Amino acid sequence: MSGYSLESKKPDRALDLTRIRPYGDTMNDGKVQLSFTLPVPNGPEAVEAARILMGKMGFKESQIVFSREISESFTFFVAYGVSIHEIDYSSIKVPKLSLEKMSMEEIDRFIDERIRRKVVVVGASTGTDAHTVGIDAIMNMKGFAGHYGLERYRNFTTYNMGSQVPNEELVARAIEVGADAILVSQTVTAKNVHLKNMADLVELLEAENLRKKIILIAGGARITHELAKELGYDAGFGPGSFAEDVASFIVQKLETMIGNL
Amino acid sequence: MKSKLDLDFRKVERARKLAVNIADGVQNFVAGRTTVSVERAVCRLMGIDGVDSYGVPLPNIVVEHLASRNLLQEGASYCIANAMMKTGLSPQRIAEEISAGRLDLLSMNYSGEEEVYGFLEPFAQRAIEKIRDRRFEREALIERLGEGPRPYLYVIVATGNIYEDVVQARAAVSQGADIVAVIRSTGQSLLDYVPYGPTTEGFGGTYATQENFRIMRTALDEMGEKVGKYIRLCNYCSGLCMPEIAAMGAMERLDVMLNDALYGILFRDINMQRTLIDQFFSRVINGFAGVIINTGEDNYLTTADAYQEAHTVLASQFINERLALIAGIPEEQMGLGHAFEMDPDIENGFLYELAQAQMSREIFPKAPLKYMPPTKFMTGNIFKGYVQDALFNVVSIWTNQGIQLLGMLTEAIHTPFMGDRYLAIENAKYIFNNMRALGDEVVFKKDGIIHARANQVLDQAIELLTEIEEDGLFRALERGVFAGVRRPVEGGKGLSGVVLKGERYRNPFLEKMLGGSYR
Repeated sequence: MSGYSLESKKPDRALDLTRIRPYGDTMNDGKVQLSFTLPVPNGPEAVEAARILMGKMGFKESQIVFSREISESFTFFVAYGVSIHEIDYSSIKVPKLSLEKMSMEEIDRFIDERIRRKVVVVGASTGTDAHTVGIDAIMNMKGFAGHYGLERYRNFTTYNMGSQVPNEELVARAIEVGADAILVSQTVTAKNVHLKNMADLVELLEAENLRKKIILIAGGARITHELAKELGYDAGFGPGSFAEDVASFIVQKLETMIGNL
Repeated sequence: MKSKLDLDFRKVERARKLAVNIADGVQNFVAGRTTVSVERAVCRLMGIDGVDSYGVPLPNIVVEHLASRNLLQEGASYCIANAMMKTGLSPQRIAEEISAGRLDLLSMNYSGEEEVYGFLEPFAQRAIEKIRDRRFEREALIERLGEGPRPYLYVIVATGNIYEDVVQARAAVSQGADIVAVIRSTGQSLLDYVPYGPTTEGFGGTYATQENFRIMRTALDEMGEKVGKYIRLCNYCSGLCMPEIAAMGAMERLDVMLNDALYGILFRDINMQRTLIDQFFSRVINGFAGVIINTGEDNYLTTADAYQEAHTVLASQFINERLALIAGIPEEQMGLGHAFEMDPDIENGFLYELAQAQMSREIFPKAPLKYMPPTKFMTGNIFKGYVQDALFNVVSIWTNQGIQLLGMLTEAIHTPFMGDRYLAIENAKYIFNNMRALGDEVVFKKDGIIHARANQVLDQAIELLTEIEEDGLFRALERGVFAGVRRPVEGGKGLSGVVLKGERYRNPFLEKMLGGSYR
């Protein structure tokens, strides 16, 4: 009488890192929550269209739990589905910054002992980005969430150029003040214009024969270390990074650069 | 009015007196000077529009011509009106002749001021009446269609393409928006000219052009008829072209304009002399056109700490209020800015936000205060972000704010999706409706946290205003009193566009608007 069995469709409940699936409330249940808008009026056809779309995105047992026409001929959906995909977590390799993280005091002492001069940093939110939240959090005196910014560090000299700074101006300032490192912040941009702009900066530095002499760092909400490396930067810092993360990288990298001279 | 915060209104009066002295100091400086942008706005009010074959706006060509002939200090009004008298041509034709190199205003005989300004008088009067009629038109529409209850729901569109903006704006209106703001393309504030015609390419926003204004105005009027309420259109009268954008907005019946020189000085590094002169004429136009101005104090808190620096917002509001009054803007058109930007991890942070919002309400009782949503502490966790926006909405309805710039749960990730905007409006409508009379019902504990906070901020603001009054606003800005940003008097963009007025200089448009030919 298998029809009465509550365990009839029992999936594999054990965690297997070579085959992980999204977790709703039970291991390997594959449950995912989404919301999206389709450019059609609400109605049974709209809901069916959303359900079919879920199927094409790789979900089974799709449920459209909410649909609302939010404008003339646009409908917003909240949907649940079971992902049919599995991921081999054990085979994933992500390039990471390997560095020793230090505190502000340790970093200043590191500079006293091993670099023995002020470290000069120029930073800006470049291109079309009008947001200074990211660069301010790293550079300004106050910093962010209790982590002081580079301006507060005894052994850093900092120049925060603010937002919407053209790459040319950033490089010109870096040359003028003899920067050891350039920090580029990209917070919010439309249609990935930031990627081109970030790549342009690398080319500009190469053209000036500076790329090898200056530590180039990117930071921002959608920046990862991997992305930054791909674009030709020395390091990338995503959300949750603070001044001491960036400063730790700068001083350790700078020490190796000085050592190689 | 009985204060819910136990505010000492003698202190408020003291703050206002300090602001009067500060603003008068600025106005003394402004009165003797004009700028290239002021004169281009005069050209536009005279009817000069269009671009040459290189896309350079004719108002720029005329003003550059005047500058190159050393005539700019006498003003565009005088020089163009004189040319009209001598040639019998319209201002537009004169501009075209100058552009074609067939007319040189230096080679002209100049009549006396009385004759020239007398000749200009009926033309100026007609230009003013056109703007006044747009204002009457707005008032008639509001009378007939009605408007949404306050706080007005304010949303932004920012696609870069005016036609796509229209799609987004129509969607926003059908969801319940009262004000649609078209965000400008990044960097437009630093252009020393206003682009021309409909535009479909922009970064992070859409160029403010007169044609784009017209396109969006038509769409919102159409939607207003459909949903049965007047929909306000907002744009940005800041940057290097403040008076020109004000003139264009007045002609196309914009309703709300961001209009704050301090914002340009601090966050766009625009020269303070230039932009304060520009601001005066732009505010005169906005005041006369019935446009609600929005000021940018909220931005101080995105760079500086919202708890530590709340008093800088209040001090700046006092100064902005006075600078607006001088330009003929009534309190009912002053959307003074502030923001919900307290660190969410602060214990009782909500109480401080509430205290500050209630304080602004009581100190500026008639102003349609512009309240900005959390941005600085939005994390990408859209679910928590939605709660942060909800708390922001609670403070707003509780303290009766005027213009609610709706928070987006996807703030700090991307410009809003259509669905994000829907969720934002749903959030606000739910809370505003559910808590409508909360402010009338609830009083605050005497000498409690909320009372103490409001009084502390007022005291600190007076201290700061006292310092600014001693130094004057220019010196104070050099010292970095707002948002922790220092700006030199001679630094920043646009200083070369400032000119001392000559003996024959008058601006009849400004005189008429300020003279109250409407009010």
